Amino acid sequence: MSDQPPGSIATMPGGGDGFDPKAANEMMGGIGHSGFIGMEYVEHGGNWVELAFDWREDLVADIASGVIASSAVISLLDNAASLSIWTTLGHFRPQVTMDLRLDYLRPSPSGKRVFGRGICYHITHKIGFVRGIAHNGDIDQPLAHASGTFIRIGNMLK
Amino acid sequence: MTASNTRSLPPYALALDMEASKQDGASPLITMPFGNKVQGRPGFLHGGAISGLLEMAAIAAIHTALAKQGDDAPIKQVNVTIDFMRGGKSETTYAAGVITRLGRTMANVSAHAWQDDPGSIIAQAQMHYLISRGKDGQEA
Repeated sequence: MSDQPPGSIATMPGGGDGFDPKAANEMMGGIGHSGFIGMEYVEHGGNWVELAFDWREDLVADIASGVIASSAVISLLDNAASLSIWTTLGHFRPQVTMDLRLDYLRPSPSGKRVFGRGICYHITHKIGFVRGIAHNGDIDQPLAHASGTFIRIGNMLK
Repeated sequence: MTASNTRSLPPYALALDMEASKQDGASPLITMPFGNKVQGRPGFLHGGAISGLLEMAAIAAIHTALAKQGDDAPIKQVNVTIDFMRGGKSETTYAAGVITRLGRTMANVSAHAWQDDPGSIIAQAQMHYLISRGKDGQEA
């Protein structure tokens, strides 16, 4: 993935490095649902953010196999994708997930840390277009692919 | 694990305090109380928690439909597409799955979630599942 934000937003006011995904994850990753899953910042580039969480007994879909619940992967990629939009923009803007699709290529095995990379590949005035890849440490061995859109909202408390 | 709609929810669902209630002849209703563990932005549900509820409703619907055929075949989720229509408020959320087609090798399933008003859907999802039936499995 390119470290450069897409050309269409390069000229947008605030575009650049004015948004810190690590600090943002420390704020939103430690509380609520994200805190329950234990999402941690891993790294980021110009238009992507990678988060991760550790395998835990209460995050599994099946006690016998210990595979991670697919829903936990959705939550991870939802957060990583959301952060990737603000990172690409270079600033925060209120938004909500409009839709999200995940293809589950393989289960995430017992005991393995789960990484989720959100990539913003296009931004318009209203919509952020994202992709996502979940893996267990090697992004070339993905466990899930995602694509989705986020819509900007006027007032985040509405 | 027993082959019926009384099958227990996965640890992840239990950790989020979800409960499945048996509904005669229909897909189980899954409920999820509001709490810190499912909260996203302050006062609202996290989209991932809503997605989890929808997936649990879909899985429960398939197991119920398979049980009606006397089958306890393992299933494997292939994908999911979730549409978020309304912000989830700080109250109990409900979800139920609908089987569009239960075939021999795969199932097309949708699920929808609502809160105080069943007519006001907050999110819906479509999923595909693989079904690993035994030799005696029946075509739907």
